[in-house]
Parts: sequence; C-alpha cells; structure tokens
Amino acid sequence: MRLNRIGTAVAGLGIATALVLTGCSSGDSGTGASAASSIITVNGSEPQNPLIPTNTNETGGGKILDNIFAGLVYYAADGSPVNDLAESIETTDAQNYTIKIKPDQKFTNGDPVTASSFVDAWNYGALLSNAQLSSYFFESIEGFSYDADSTLTGLAVVDDSTFTVKLKQPESDFPLRLGYSAFFPLPKEAFDDIAAFGENPIGNGPYMLDGEGAWQHNEQIKLVVNPDYTGGRAAKNDGLDIVFYATQEAAYAALQGGDLDVLDAVPDSALATFESEFGDRAVNQPAAVFQSFTIPDRLPHFGGDEGKLRRAAISMAIDRGQVTDVIFEGSRTPATDFTSPVIDGYSDSLEGSDVLKFNATEAKKLWAEADAISPWDGQFAIAYNADGGHQGWVDAVTNQIKNTLGIDAVGAPYPTFAEVRTLITERTITTAFRTGWQADYPALANFLGPIYFTGAGSNDGDYSSPEFDALYKQGLAETDIDAANKIFQEAQTVLLKDLPAIPLWYSNVTGAFGTNVSNVAFGWNSVPIYSEITKG
Amino acid sequence: MVWYILRRLLQVIPVFFGATLLIYFMVFALPGDPIAALAGDRGLNPAVADALRVRYHLDQPFIVQYLIFVGGIFVGDFGTAFSGQPVSEILAATFPVTLRLALLAVAIEAVAGIFIGLVSGLRKGKLFDSSALVVSLILISVPIFVTAFVAQYIFGIRLGIARTTVGIGAPWEDLILPAFVLATVSFAYIVRLTRASVIENLNEDFVRTATAKGLSRRRVIRVHILRNSMIPVVTYIGTDFGLLMVGATVTEGIFNVPGVGRTLYQAIIRSEAPTVVSFVTVMVIIYLVANLLVDVLYGFLDPRIRYVK
Repeated sequence: MRLNRIGTAVAGLGIATALVLTGCSSGDSGTGASAASSIITVNGSEPQNPLIPTNTNETGGGKILDNIFAGLVYYAADGSPVNDLAESIETTDAQNYTIKIKPDQKFTNGDPVTASSFVDAWNYGALLSNAQLSSYFFESIEGFSYDADSTLTGLAVVDDSTFTVKLKQPESDFPLRLGYSAFFPLPKEAFDDIAAFGENPIGNGPYMLDGEGAWQHNEQIKLVVNPDYTGGRAAKNDGLDIVFYATQEAAYAALQGGDLDVLDAVPDSALATFESEFGDRAVNQPAAVFQSFTIPDRLPHFGGDEGKLRRAAISMAIDRGQVTDVIFEGSRTPATDFTSPVIDGYSDSLEGSDVLKFNATEAKKLWAEADAISPWDGQFAIAYNADGGHQGWVDAVTNQIKNTLGIDAVGAPYPTFAEVRTLITERTITTAFRTGWQADYPALANFLGPIYFTGAGSNDGDYSSPEFDALYKQGLAETDIDAANKIFQEAQTVLLKDLPAIPLWYSNVTGAFGTNVSNVAFGWNSVPIYSEITKG
Repeated sequence: MVWYILRRLLQVIPVFFGATLLIYFMVFALPGDPIAALAGDRGLNPAVADALRVRYHLDQPFIVQYLIFVGGIFVGDFGTAFSGQPVSEILAATFPVTLRLALLAVAIEAVAGIFIGLVSGLRKGKLFDSSALVVSLILISVPIFVTAFVAQYIFGIRLGIARTTVGIGAPWEDLILPAFVLATVSFAYIVRLTRASVIENLNEDFVRTATAKGLSRRRVIRVHILRNSMIPVVTYIGTDFGLLMVGATVTEGIFNVPGVGRTLYQAIIRSEAPTVVSFVTVMVIIYLVANLLVDVLYGFLDPRIRYVK
C-alpha cells in the first residue's frame, strides 16, 4: 500500500517527462552540419531590431542585411567602393548626383529593382514618424527634416533605371556612403506591412532567407544562395548558417569544437592564445574602429588654453603601446590620428601627431605650464560602462596618468552602457568619458564630421572650432578623392592641437576559422566577406 | 487536500501582482535610457528618440506603463521586444528548452545523489562513504562556471564526444553535458542530505520493528529507510528544480543554450522591460507551483503528514 504511493509519484513524474519529451522532439530540425552541401556556419548575435535596412544600426542585424541585400555599391576588402547595382554614379559639383541602375535586377519575390525601389526606401527611412534608427543617413539630402514629416524633395525618378539626388550642400563622400545598409532598396511589398517584412525580409543580395521563418529567434538565421543575384559578390558556397551566441566565449568554444566554421570576434580570455592555436587560420588586423576618451571643455581646468595644455599633457602621459601589448595582447593598434588605418587617406605622420606619443618629460612640462594658469586640484576620472570589458585599459591608462603627472586619476565605472550614455547625452557627466567610433562607411569624413563638427550628433564633448569646420566643409566640396583626403588630413592637424578627444588606439578585428574552410578574408568593417568563403 | 491546493493557488494571485509591480518598478528605476542604448555610441536624434519613446510607452509615468503592461497580459499580450518579436513568442520558445534542461539535471542529480547517499549512509565510515564525502565537498566548493568550462573543454574540445555549444533546437543529446554541469553542485548536496537522513532513520524504532518482524534487509531499506529519508531530499529537489528553471544563466551562457537564463540576461543588458518582467513573472509562478508540488508530495511520502482544510 505504501509502496503504491511512492509508485504513483514516480509514475506521475515519468508521464510528465514523457510528455515533455514527445512535445519537444517534434521541433528537431536534424543535424544538417554534416550534409554534403557547403553551408558555412558563422557566428552572429540576435538582431536587436527587425531586419529593416534603415532601422538596423548594430552588427548582429547588419551582418545579415549586408548579405541579403545589394545596394548601389559594395565595399571590397580594402574598403574601396565597387558598383553593385549601380551602372554609374555621376556628379560634377559633389551636390547633384545622377545614378543609373543596372538593368534586369530582381528582388527574390520576382519584383524588378527600379529607381523607385531606392527612392521609396530612402523616403521611408528618412520620414520622422517612422522613427528609423538610421534616419540620420538621409539628413544631407534636400527635403530632410527632423522637425516634421517631409519627403526627400532632393530625390527624383527620371525613368525606371535612373534617379537623381540633390544634397543640401556639396558632400564628395556621398557615393562612398551608398554601400551602407540604410541605402539598400526595398520592394513595394515591404511598405504594405513593414513589421512582417522585418521578420521575413525580401532582398536582392547574394543570399536570401531560407524560406519563411528562416530567422529562428535567439538561435540562428539560415541563408541560402540567391540564384538571381548577378553582382560581384556572387556566393562561392551554398549558404550561411548564422548562429547566434550570447557570449564570445561560447562562440570561440564552438569554433574549437568544430561546430563553427568562421568566427569574427575572439573573446578577451583567448586573445593571448588564439594565434598560436589557430596559426595561419587566425586573423588579427586593424579595423575601422577608433577608440578614445573625451574631456569636455566645460569640466573645471579643461577650458581654453589651460585645457589645451592639460589635454596634451594627459595624451603624452599615456604609453599606448604598453597598454595595447599588455592589456590587449596586441589586439589593438596604437592610434596615430583620428581615423583608422584601413581607411583610404589614413596617415601615420600627421603634423603634430607627436602629441599621441608617450613623452613623460614633455607631459610634465605642459602640465606645469597649465598649473601656472590655474593650479590643478581634485581628481581626474574616466567614466566607462562596466559591461563592455573596459576596466582593464581604463585602470592602466589612469595609472599611467597618475604616475607620469603625479595627480589622482581613477576609472569611474557605470554598470551599463545605457546609464553612462544617458549622462553623456544629457551633458550631466562630470568626468572625462570613454568614446569610440565605428565607421559606417569607409571614408575619412565619417570619422570626423559626425564627432567634431560644431553641433554634430555625436559631438559629445561639444567641441567647436571654426578652423576645423571650414576645412571639413572644404573637404566635402572637393570632388577629387585624393585632394579631399589631403584637406581632411589638414583638418586633423587642427584636432591634434585641440584634442577634442584623446585618441587611444584602433581596435583590431580578431577572428579565426576552421580547417575545412578557405579563402576567408575580413572586410574593412571587420566582418568576413562570407560570399567568397569556400568549404570542403 | 483539494481545498489545500485551491487555497495555495489563490495565494498566487497577490504574489503575481506584488512580484510584477516590484519587478516592473525595478526595471523602470534602472539607471540609463534604453533608447539611448539602442543607438549605441553614435547617439540618436532627439526627434527620432522621442518617437521611439512614444512607441514603447516610455514617455508615460511609471504606473501607466505598468497598467498597460498588466492589461496586456490579461489579453495574452506580453508586449514586444525591440526586435519586433512578441514576448509571448519568446516565452514559448525558451521555457521548454530550460524545462528540458532542468528536468535532465534534476533526473541526473536525483538518481545519482540518492543512490550514492543511501550507500554512504548504510556504510557509514567505510571507504565508500569517505570517498563520497571528499568528492561531494570538491563539487560543492568549485564554482559552476569552472565546472562548465572544464567540462566544455574536456568533453567538447579535447575528447570531442559532446558538442561544445548546444545545437539548433537544443536536441536532448546536446543538453546532457550542460545538465551534468548543472547537476554537479546539487548532486553533492543530495548525497549529503540523503546520507544524514538515512543514518538518522537507521536507529528509528520502526526500522528495528521491521527488522524484528523478519522483513528482508532489502525491503527494510527500500520501504522503511529510504522512503522516510526522502522528505528533506524531495524538498531540496523541488526548490532546486525551481532554481534551475530560473537561475541557469551562467551555464546557459557558456553552452549557448537558447533558454530562459540566456535570454533574460540579454534582455536586462538591453533594458527591455516587457521581456524582463514577463520572464520574471513566469518564473515566480513556476517557483510557486514547484513549491506547492513539493508540499503535496510530502503527504505521499510520510503518512504522518496530513493537510487541514
């Protein structure tokens, strides 16, 4: 009798387990990894937003969009733009552009890609009430407004394969931007139900979604080759499985265990060992990511001439090479300018770039000169978000400043990125703070204007220099790329004097790949060029 | 009995409101603006940011946001994550995975723990008992992420007999390794609990009586000792099951299990209030139900326990 009681309990558990077992085994999709076809398995992360080109500003979604859409141009591994859908992009004054599209281009639902596919998509992205995260990409097109809904009057469809763009002012780097996802075309169907489209996007790129529901949230997205794509990025494999990992450590373990073919982010814990472990299958090269910290003018002792001296002193008190070697295991490259080595027009010998080299005596001298204007008191602190792995370098840098200048310098951690970001946006932060910039498109101007131009969107330090502004505008008006780059370099010499941000280093892209894939190259934006990878 | 269960279920209602209100308030009070975080280092145009705030009701006062959320729950709408996916869908996709993981872990720790605990208790002070003590002490003292990384390295990377990270759809065979890792710590506690309980019961009058009336040793152990030793163990397993359902964040992260813990972690980082609150609400309910089940099981295990109306 008593035995029966425990028996019922056990049986009950057993039935419950069996129910769960049967209920969940129906979702088994099989282990397709060992199939004969050459599907490449790569790491990714759950897109933060629906898969709409103008509403995606983070790498998890960007990586997918870049492969399922084709824009007017794409970027080669070195960052140079190559015509993708564009037949030609012409201008004489850097303000008016005539864009011709290649004939017979199709979306994967069969609709043709026409001039209005671009114009409608750009108008959608720019419309204020659509609240698209990348709307600022259209702000230089005539008709754009942040105050009220308005059409982009600067866009005009000439015929099915031609449209014209009129900008508010000359901007010679406009054609360079056109490979960014915000400028991708959209099929008519998208505007009927944009939410549904964001779940099952219809593109025109080298890959397409593997049917409805290919985006298995929080797990993976399956892409297969789009047979209709005829551009220069035609896939040399049969498809991509982009598997979402919550941590870089998990993705790295998956690569080591052979469950992943290509990894584009090596976790900090493996930085010291991944190159010896993967040998020539390890990748470690500079990327278009610029890291710095910003000391706003409004902080006490950092205004005017005193501030300039103190910024230069602090910059020279930092031994960047030591930090990149010891803290980052060589996965960062010390900065020599305000852009990135992978960008056309980069220079490591700008006039005045000595201020970015470690020089203890000069640093002390400049600091003393500043003290003569007004004696230093208090503490120097760099704010950072503790959820982003910044503590190591902030502690190292503040220690160097402390040791060189003999002042009290510390790191000021905030728990989350959102928290520190809010303080920065509200201008209520009372210390220096970490800043960084990852380029959206490979152009010098993209590292300069958005951050240092007077009143620009990411000018968190409220820097304002008429000299810099003038040079920046002049560079944008110059249609010859090389001549423009010369001017942007000159503009940077102004920045080197004022140091609106203290350049630290460029992030490297660190990655590795398995033995069964080859032809793995990383693009200028730190993402592997998946279409070129072969397997087997 | 039925009354008892009903009364306990009624208690769930105030707990539900209390928990959601508290959690919602805590997420609301989190410093930092989720919309600012959404835009990254770049910052967002104020006009666009305002439009997004209106869309996610972030411009409303706290209590209005909360009422909108609770009102939504009653019509089956748990809100929408930033990715546009309904939270109810995320719940439906992640909870079964964590449930399977927890069931596996509980099964492993219960079977192994009770068996070894029983043998230890019966052979108190012998070699088997001492070795079990040493092993369980080691397992208790090692943090779970160490166990997880070591297991992942040895079985996944070195020996290659298990997947390092869980595959798509989280098939059962991939969950075995993380389940083992999750089971290690509780396994050790179950061994200790069972052993102590068995030793205590060995000296009970009813055991002596059972032996005296000529029952076989096997029957005495199974029916009289083991069953009566199960009460603290069942309590522990019940609570542990509740904990596993809600607290496997670290292990799920390391093995990339697409379950509750990993998703919740990501949602907290992204300040997605609807996701966080919905998840925690469901967790609270699961925890309450798990505790209720444990209390009901007592009655089956020990006839001396009866439920009053």
